[in-house]
Amino acid sequence: MGQQREASTFGMWVFLLTEIMMFGGLFAAYMIYRLLYYHAFVAGSSSISVGWGFVYTLVLICSSLTMALAVSAAQRGIRRLQEIFIVLTMILGVVFLVIKGIEYNAKYQEHHIPGGFFQTFDAVKNHPGQEENIAAQEQERLEKGSKEQPALSPEAAKQAAAQIAKQSEIFFCFYFAMTGLHALHMIIGLVLMTWLLLKVRKGLFGPQYYTPVELSGLYWHFVDIVWIFLFPLLYLINRTHGH
Amino acid sequence: MSEGAHPTHKVYYLVFIALAIGTIVTYEVAFIDLTFFGINFNPIVALTIACTKATLVILFFMHVRYSSKQTWITVAAGFFWLLIMITLDLSDYLTRGIIHRQ
Repeated sequence: MGQQREASTFGMWVFLLTEIMMFGGLFAAYMIYRLLYYHAFVAGSSSISVGWGFVYTLVLICSSLTMALAVSAAQRGIRRLQEIFIVLTMILGVVFLVIKGIEYNAKYQEHHIPGGFFQTFDAVKNHPGQEENIAAQEQERLEKGSKEQPALSPEAAKQAAAQIAKQSEIFFCFYFAMTGLHALHMIIGLVLMTWLLLKVRKGLFGPQYYTPVELSGLYWHFVDIVWIFLFPLLYLINRTHGH
Repeated sequence: MSEGAHPTHKVYYLVFIALAIGTIVTYEVAFIDLTFFGINFNPIVALTIACTKATLVILFFMHVRYSSKQTWITVAAGFFWLLIMITLDLSDYLTRGIIHRQ
């Protein structure tokens, strides 16, 4: 029995490693583009709600706790507690997805979804004066290499601002790809929880056998870990200069 | 076979409190400008806290702390691979253009 459990845990971790590779590729690509188009990424990041990002993280941490307690209840064979904690985990998962829906809807209304209808982000749109500001910052960055660049004409400033608007679209490509993939994992997690709940109802788990609960728990915690990194990377690039 | 062992509930609650505090600190620190010697330390602080939180989840919620050596090696290999990929990628992109400038 012990050997079987060991093999299951090992198998689950190997699966999670493939997940790390999938998300890791996205994280690496994100970091490179963030370095290339820093100002555009700051502008894009500042247009998403940091408050929601904070709430997501707390919701997921709570759901990780309830999941850990569900595994513990399964291990001790207390059916009632297993049900309660799995349902609590599911509720928190649904809360996460609902907030995600609200946030996506806001992005939809602001035309921040990459594609034909993408509109320039708030930083430029709502504060026309900032165009020169952002352009000047961008210019400063470029000038670090060669100091003989000519001063920026208003024309060039507008061009630079337009360029940043274009680059911020790349930020939103990453934003939707990464949070979307994460949300998909949450949905798969909810399906897993439903399946677990049916099994718990039949009283299948006890101190001798609780592998499905344990492995679903590993999956759920992994999805939580992905969010722990998504929060600072996407929501908090640079909030110190106005938010 | 040690993987049957699980932490007590007290450990779970302590880890949870640590994670919550980490989240609040991440949020609050993000609004303070931590630029020293021309380097912006905000992302460094945020990612350090994130790494600490992830380690806590892996060790305690995912029971790796109480698992066999095989599980330890599997998990460590996975994250080490990620570290290699990001290090090599960034050492490429961060150093591009240096030769041109000289």
